[in-house]
Amino acid sequence: MKLDSKIPEGHISQKWTDYKDHLKLVAPNNRPKIDIIVVGTGLAGASAAASFAEMGYNVKAFCYQDSPRRAHSIAAQGGINAAKNYQNDGDSTFRLFYDTIKGGDYRAREANVHRLAEVSGNIIDQCVAQGVPFARDYGGMLDNRSFGGTQVQRTFYAAGQTGQQLLLGAYSSLSRQIGLGKIDMYNRHEMLELVKVDGKARGIIARNLITGEIERHSAHAVIIATGGYGNVYFLSTNAMGSNVTAGWKIHKQGALFANPCYVQIHPTCIPVHGTNQSKLTLMSESLRNSGRIWVPKKKEDAEAIRAGKMKPTQIAEEDRDYYLERKYPAFGNLVPRDVASRAAKEVCDAGHGIEANDTNEGVYLDFSTEIQSKGKQTAYAKGNHNPSQEEILSLGKKWLEEKYGNLFTMYQKITDENPYETPMKIYPAVHYTMGGVWVDYNLQSTIPGCFVAGEANFSDHGANRLGASALMQGLADGYFVLPYTVSDYLSGDIRTGKISTDLPEFVEAEKNVKDSINKFLSNNGTKTVDHFHKRLGLIMWNKVGMGRNEKGLQEAIGEIASLKEEFYKDVYVPGSSDELNPELEKALRVADFIELGQLMAIDALQRKESCGGHFREEYQDAEGETLRDDENFKFVGAWEYKGYDIKNEELHKEELKYEFIKIAARNYK
Amino acid sequence: MSAAKNINISLQIWRQKNSKEKGKMETYKLNDVSTASSFLEMLDQLNEQLVNERKEPIAFDHDCREGICGMCSLYINGRAHGPDTGITTCQLHMRMFNDGDTIVIEPWRSAAFPVIKDLIVDRTAFDRIQQAGGFVSVNTSGNTIDANTIPVPKDDADKAFEAAACIGCGACVATCKNGSAMLFVGAKVSQYALLPQGKVEATNRVLNMVRQMDEEGFGNCTNTGACEVECPKGISLENIARMNREYLSASLK
Ligand SMILES: Cc1cc2nc3c(=O)[nH]c(=O)nc-3n(C[C@H](O)[C@H](O)[C@H](O)COP(=O)(O)OP(=O)(O)OC[C@H]3O[C@@H](n4cnc5c(N)ncnc54)[C@H](O)[C@@H]3O)c2cc1C
Ligand code: SF4
Ligand code: FES
Repeated sequence: MKLDSKIPEGHISQKWTDYKDHLKLVAPNNRPKIDIIVVGTGLAGASAAASFAEMGYNVKAFCYQDSPRRAHSIAAQGGINAAKNYQNDGDSTFRLFYDTIKGGDYRAREANVHRLAEVSGNIIDQCVAQGVPFARDYGGMLDNRSFGGTQVQRTFYAAGQTGQQLLLGAYSSLSRQIGLGKIDMYNRHEMLELVKVDGKARGIIARNLITGEIERHSAHAVIIATGGYGNVYFLSTNAMGSNVTAGWKIHKQGALFANPCYVQIHPTCIPVHGTNQSKLTLMSESLRNSGRIWVPKKKEDAEAIRAGKMKPTQIAEEDRDYYLERKYPAFGNLVPRDVASRAAKEVCDAGHGIEANDTNEGVYLDFSTEIQSKGKQTAYAKGNHNPSQEEILSLGKKWLEEKYGNLFTMYQKITDENPYETPMKIYPAVHYTMGGVWVDYNLQSTIPGCFVAGEANFSDHGANRLGASALMQGLADGYFVLPYTVSDYLSGDIRTGKISTDLPEFVEAEKNVKDSINKFLSNNGTKTVDHFHKRLGLIMWNKVGMGRNEKGLQEAIGEIASLKEEFYKDVYVPGSSDELNPELEKALRVADFIELGQLMAIDALQRKESCGGHFREEYQDAEGETLRDDENFKFVGAWEYKGYDIKNEELHKEELKYEFIKIAARNYK
Repeated sequence: MSAAKNINISLQIWRQKNSKEKGKMETYKLNDVSTASSFLEMLDQLNEQLVNERKEPIAFDHDCREGICGMCSLYINGRAHGPDTGITTCQLHMRMFNDGDTIVIEPWRSAAFPVIKDLIVDRTAFDRIQQAGGFVSVNTSGNTIDANTIPVPKDDADKAFEAAACIGCGACVATCKNGSAMLFVGAKVSQYALLPQGKVEATNRVLNMVRQMDEEGFGNCTNTGACEVECPKGISLENIARMNREYLSASLK
């Protein structure tokens, strides 16, 4: 198989404009003759479905939740980037492009990222026109804040609920089209197979999660927008239902899976509390604007804290190690996520972690400095130039509450500790997956007619994703890229006519799905699905987590292979196929996670360099920073499925060319 | 700050095979529940136990488990989202309960939210209300004017945001003795009524959404205010008042 990225010729700033001008179109009167399936209604899927419907195509959209408004995009807290330069701090399309490429550790495609930066401003305009209530300043203008990895304020936000507001915006457009009868929405439906006819994607097999019915749906093109695969680790910040099934099924049908080992570990999550934990909660990165991260300098102090004999507030200023400020003076607490995460692991590995659990993993995110300075500032602004310490504290806390109130409440509910009084405890957790289905410039996978958007594809973030750029990518793909590129593809389909679901390909695909369901339900095993999922998660976290090495990866590959055998032999799935059956849903998802997990380890093993979220312990410089190998690994690693044994997958390389940005070591010092 | 400990509890849970069959309460015992667990983690633990005993696990709705998707529901000890305020069920923690407690768990109860199975109900009526007019009719082409061309006073933007914070969980309906959806619909109508972008269609929007709300079989609002008390996102009754004003002036047009 030859990978053709279809990157257009020309200067980077003109590529997309010129390319769009020459893409083929489908005339408005022909669009109602064409059907499109969109799987997933997060930012990427909802925006795509709404756009296609508005253009006049017939759209069927699917999601596994009870309503499209609940897609996981809803949970994004921090914000969305756009190069608007409203703050006049020197932002531009080029700078956003540059920051994103650099942030991605030079493992993303220039042309895609530039396109993303180009349309970013438009996204904000579009969302505001839809009634998305972004934060405003007193002059009525949009407000911005900054995020890790950048030196400008380009992040638009709606308190700590940006993803929610953006998704509700896309959902409202989707709803409008559903109301107009242009979209058939299938809630509580899960795609379990792709149907190919003559090599092209022509439909899907889905399970109605309420009745258990297996349904056939045909279309001229299929868009996969099913989000990320972080739940391969069991514990992550992802929603419980987030899964890789759609992406993995198309992988098995010939779509290459790219850079699976690139996983973002987010530095500011609440540490694990115990063995029954089901999910990890993110504390928005925006907190790093106001919080200072530290651990006790002396190990004895860390031990005393873990033993409950000492409180963090009792540790003197000079006995605190503000390790990010110390190591990275230029960016301080706002270094990119991979850098911040690794630094936290390093101090915890060295025995300075503060969490009293069996891992001792946790560091402090401290707001006391901010409380002081903002308290004083507010007092002065009110004309009180001689505030007492009490007044300062109270004003400072009030300031924090206005800015981050909901996050602080959330933290308190979960941990039972008051972050206004004592520093938050945080630790890195699995958050976002940069890898995904390989797509070309058109966002088309290696299966003709099967497009992949949003977190489910691999394309824009390289080895590390900067904050506030996933929301941007999801909406860019759905509103502003797919409408053009999918139309170009569909221009060849105006005479095809309806695709029959009676074709033998549909019959066979349906049979395969039913067989695998029946296999699980009749398996006379003894262990629950979660039992296997948790074991997979532990292998992944310990050996394919924040730091990887050859030995661990090799072990992981073997252990996952045995886990897979055991899973099929010993899993017990109760209930039947013709009813709502959450255990069955989980079993089908975990089966795919196991195979993907193995591929992630295989991919991590071949990548003998450190970059972004992929830190190979063998490849670091004297100061413990990542050591990239551009000479040998400046490529996208795209894997081709070769049957049951994942070890047989074949690696294809897409060389990355940097023509417009000079490649350099990433330095945040 | 309380250290986590383990407690033993007894659970009375509504079991119902599907929308057609009748349901009933069943009792379960569960030991060694960490008070640091969330309520849903407690249910996971129970389900793990049930599956290991070869019994059918309890079906309940959930996804994000961080209080934002609106998917979790559960009527716990007679209250929507349980005995804490300003949170969803997934944010409820077992430290709110004591060793030896009996906890009663039921699905949302409302004619407009029929039970699908056990603790899962059908809330698609909310989607249909939104489809009837909960949007601004702008094309998705991106050919919109620059976002800062129309300034929005901060107060209006903040109020619109507060209304838009509704997560569509349905606690307001479940807790209302009339099964009214006014808080949900009021929030949506308010968000757009407060923003310049939504003004043009305001008349049709409120008429259409209210018509759909009535068609879905939600009850009438008699201003008992129970919805506001149980709403996890603090959506205020002001939104109902604003909707009523919008409705009145739309009806007079
Ligand atoms: C806690 C949290 C905070 C975040 N904060 C930010 C932030 O501040 N800024 C930022 O830029 N990014 C943030 N992100 C990342 C960002 O939210 C996601 O990457 C992005 O929203 C993904 O959007 P999506 O449309 O690709 O997928 P999703 O929103 O995950 O949607 C997936 C859709 O696919 C459906 N689906 C999945 N599988 C199937 C199937 N087999 N059949 C049918 N339907 C299926 C689901 O029902 C859902 O509708 C955050 C992520 C998390 C977890
Ligand atoms: S108004 Fe409150 S209770 Fe009602 S659906 Fe919205 S968030 Fe839930
Ligand atoms: S599971 Fe999402 S709000 Fe509770």
